[in-house]
Amino acid sequence: MFDYIFLVPLIPLVGFLFNGLLIGRVPRPLISFVGCISVGLSFLLSVFLFFSLKSLPPEARFIEQVLFSWIPAGSLHVDIAFLLDPLSTVMILVVSGVSFLIHVYSVGYMHDDPGYGRYFSFLNLFTFSMLTLVLANNFVLMFVGWEGVGLCSYLLIGFWFEKKSASDAGKKAFIVNRIGDFGFLLGMFLIFWQVGSLHFETVMKAAPTVFMAGGGLITAACLLLFVGAIGKSAQIPLYVWLPDAMEGPTPVSALIHAATMVTAGVYMIARTNALYVMAPDALMVVAIVGAVTALFAATIGLAQNDIKRVLAYSTVSQLGYMFLACGVTAFTAGIFHLMTHAFFKALLFLGAGSVIHAMSAEQDMRKMGGLKKYLPITYPTMLIATLAITGIPGLSGFFSKDEILWKSFSSLNGHPLLWVIGFVTAGLTAFYMFRLIYLTFHGRERMDDKTKHHLHESPRTMTVPLILLAVFSVIGGWIGMPHIFGVVNYFEHWLEPVMAHGAGAAEGPMLAAGGGDTGTEVLLMVVSVVLVLVAIFAARYYYLKNTQAATSLSEKLSGVHQLLLNKYYVDEIYGAVIVRPVVYGSIFLWKVVDVVIIDGFANGMATIIRDISELLKNIQTGQVRKYATIFVVGVVILIAYFTFG
Amino acid sequence: MIPISAYLILAAVLFGIGTVGVLTSRNVIVIFMAIELMLNAANLALIAFSRGLNVLDGHVFVFLVLTVAAAEAAVGLALIVLIFRNRESINIDRFSIMKW
Amino acid sequence: MNLDTIVFLVSAVVAVFGATMMISQRNTVASVLYLILSLAAQAVLYIQLGAIFLGAVLIIVYAGAIMVLFLFVIMLLNLRGNQDMGDPPGPVSRFTKYLVSILLVIELVFIIRGVAFDTDASGIMSMTADNFGSVKAVAMLLFTDYLYPFELTGVLLLVAIIGAVVVSKREKDKTPTPTDQAPDIRNGGAN
Repeated sequence: MFDYIFLVPLIPLVGFLFNGLLIGRVPRPLISFVGCISVGLSFLLSVFLFFSLKSLPPEARFIEQVLFSWIPAGSLHVDIAFLLDPLSTVMILVVSGVSFLIHVYSVGYMHDDPGYGRYFSFLNLFTFSMLTLVLANNFVLMFVGWEGVGLCSYLLIGFWFEKKSASDAGKKAFIVNRIGDFGFLLGMFLIFWQVGSLHFETVMKAAPTVFMAGGGLITAACLLLFVGAIGKSAQIPLYVWLPDAMEGPTPVSALIHAATMVTAGVYMIARTNALYVMAPDALMVVAIVGAVTALFAATIGLAQNDIKRVLAYSTVSQLGYMFLACGVTAFTAGIFHLMTHAFFKALLFLGAGSVIHAMSAEQDMRKMGGLKKYLPITYPTMLIATLAITGIPGLSGFFSKDEILWKSFSSLNGHPLLWVIGFVTAGLTAFYMFRLIYLTFHGRERMDDKTKHHLHESPRTMTVPLILLAVFSVIGGWIGMPHIFGVVNYFEHWLEPVMAHGAGAAEGPMLAAGGGDTGTEVLLMVVSVVLVLVAIFAARYYYLKNTQAATSLSEKLSGVHQLLLNKYYVDEIYGAVIVRPVVYGSIFLWKVVDVVIIDGFANGMATIIRDISELLKNIQTGQVRKYATIFVVGVVILIAYFTFG
Repeated sequence: MIPISAYLILAAVLFGIGTVGVLTSRNVIVIFMAIELMLNAANLALIAFSRGLNVLDGHVFVFLVLTVAAAEAAVGLALIVLIFRNRESINIDRFSIMKW
Repeated sequence: MNLDTIVFLVSAVVAVFGATMMISQRNTVASVLYLILSLAAQAVLYIQLGAIFLGAVLIIVYAGAIMVLFLFVIMLLNLRGNQDMGDPPGPVSRFTKYLVSILLVIELVFIIRGVAFDTDASGIMSMTADNFGSVKAVAMLLFTDYLYPFELTGVLLLVAIIGAVVVSKREKDKTPTPTDQAPDIRNGGAN
């Protein structure tokens, strides 16, 4: 069974080639079939691999499959090789599973689109890249997958490239990602320079001996890698591409910008946890960035009117939670939240897609309302997802978010202030998510009659994935329930070998040493649930019962409201401070350096040579006597030189 | 007793006159004759050296130079005839087409 | 002031005179005749230096054949004395040419000054060897040490003859065109 690890990423690659090379020559049903089946097979294989791995004892759950040696260059040795361990198993299950559901959904959603074949080939390519990223056993192959998902993100965000805003958004995503990738590369170089290898296992084992714990080099390496994560996972300051990425088709937003690609940064940190635990300063930075981003994005989400934008900022905020978890060495909690978030966020986006589909492509929530009765499947599933994200007890989001909040308070690397930020953000999350629900599905119907006539529930191919994701949003958390409920935390247990792997129990002792007592944990849990309920009722008041109060409040605090609505003008600031100087710089380089200096030099050379030629040609007068005179002059000079010189 | 150098100086003077003739004359035929004069000046110098060093190699050299001068005169004059046929002129300044 | 010196001086003066007159004549035929005069004087100088064979050859071949050839050609071209010679060159170019030539002569004289010879004199009266410069002596050298150049010279003459004949063959219907109607090569052959 373990010989087939490489097929997990390979089958979607075949799907990409099939759909990509045969664009226009293959009928739609075949395109959808190949596209979905390739990911479906990948998922099935992942399930088999999971059970095979589970049958091994925990210490042995670590399989590497080397396909071939890719770069044998002196001391640098990189293979195309895959690593199957508990962490990567979780990732491939999530990625292939959610990807499969989204492929099926897309069959319905992209039904009328002329670029159907192109869409599915890109989606398959993305799945291949993401699977490569999570299965890689060395930094370089992971970086290949990293870049691959970035590329597919660009291709899919700018899918409707004739629309300028879409192609601009694609470019923005790619360029901002690249800035992060630069940091990632520098981190890789640093590690290779010190350790001499880029193979995960080798690096993790060698790290304690090569690096001084807490020293400058390891901190620098971890921070640089984190810069890459900031870019890919949309944290401050490189988050600006994610809201714009909503220009792409909604299933793309669900897959790439909710469930999988943006989580690559979190995965990367979890994978290299042995390095991070050696650099507490880096961990602190990660935690702070995560927490601040979570809060910051949540505040922006409060004021947005586009349904997809709210979800985009929500994603940024939830990713902040995951980084907060990693920053307090609760890597398991971070991955747990990654998984649950994949379920409910994908569901939220797909549900939003269903709403948009019903509303004939309208995305402004102010023009919606009362859709509850028109969308009998979309509404309940979205409600379940909202309940999950806000952390209502019993659903998956509760368990994962709660664990993060607890660990940020209690872990040795944690701090009560971090907990406070997380706590407040949870309240805000509940508020803006229920604002979304109330504005969209409840209350007065604010759409025009033409749109109202078109309102219809989505076809089966779109609603079935919604239902499945809703089920997972509910039960997905039950494998990670905390100890205090008297059950085993299966998830944490499963991932334990990876987190302890290499550097010696990184999380265990810290948790044991810094863990607070059960009473505090329950207290904090109760407090956050209370806050969430308060927020839900507040949202209900402002957006359902007394909408006048909402408008008057926004007028009273109009300054704040404008600030939030315009996302703190961050894009404008970036534009003025970074983009404009760069553009001016390029214009200068073009107009002055290229045209005047370089072209001038090249043309000038030619002109000079021509002018010299014009001057010299006058020597050839054709008059023999003049030539003869010059002969004699030359003879005289020569004789003089030889006799007197 | 006339020193050999006297002959050599004479040869130099004749050579110089020949050079002046080549450079200043506009008549093609006169230029040609001036060249012949320069050749002859060289011959005179050779004979003088031959006498001065008491060897006969100089004489042989002159013999050969003479022959070459004859051949050259023949071909050169043929060319002049040809040019004259086309140009109706023996002014060397008229033959300056090969300019830039 | 013995006979040698007088002969030398007279011959030298005549040679230089003939040369100078040659280059300053308007009439081409006169130029030829002056050159012949100069050659005759030079022949005398040759004989004074002991090159009796070559002196004779000079008269026979040079003055007798080559100069006659020149005259043939002049007659063939039917040159009148009043040929249009265009504008005389400006004083600047004339000056540079004279200057250059004089410089050349001065340099040569300078070089000659530095040459020393053991035999001092010349003249028929003081012949060193019996047959120095005679036909027999020159021929001995020519046909033994310098045989190869000699033969080559023969080939050279043959080539020259063929060349001269071929070059000056007249084409069938070619009429001479006046100078200002000559084909302008620069413009591709048009007039």
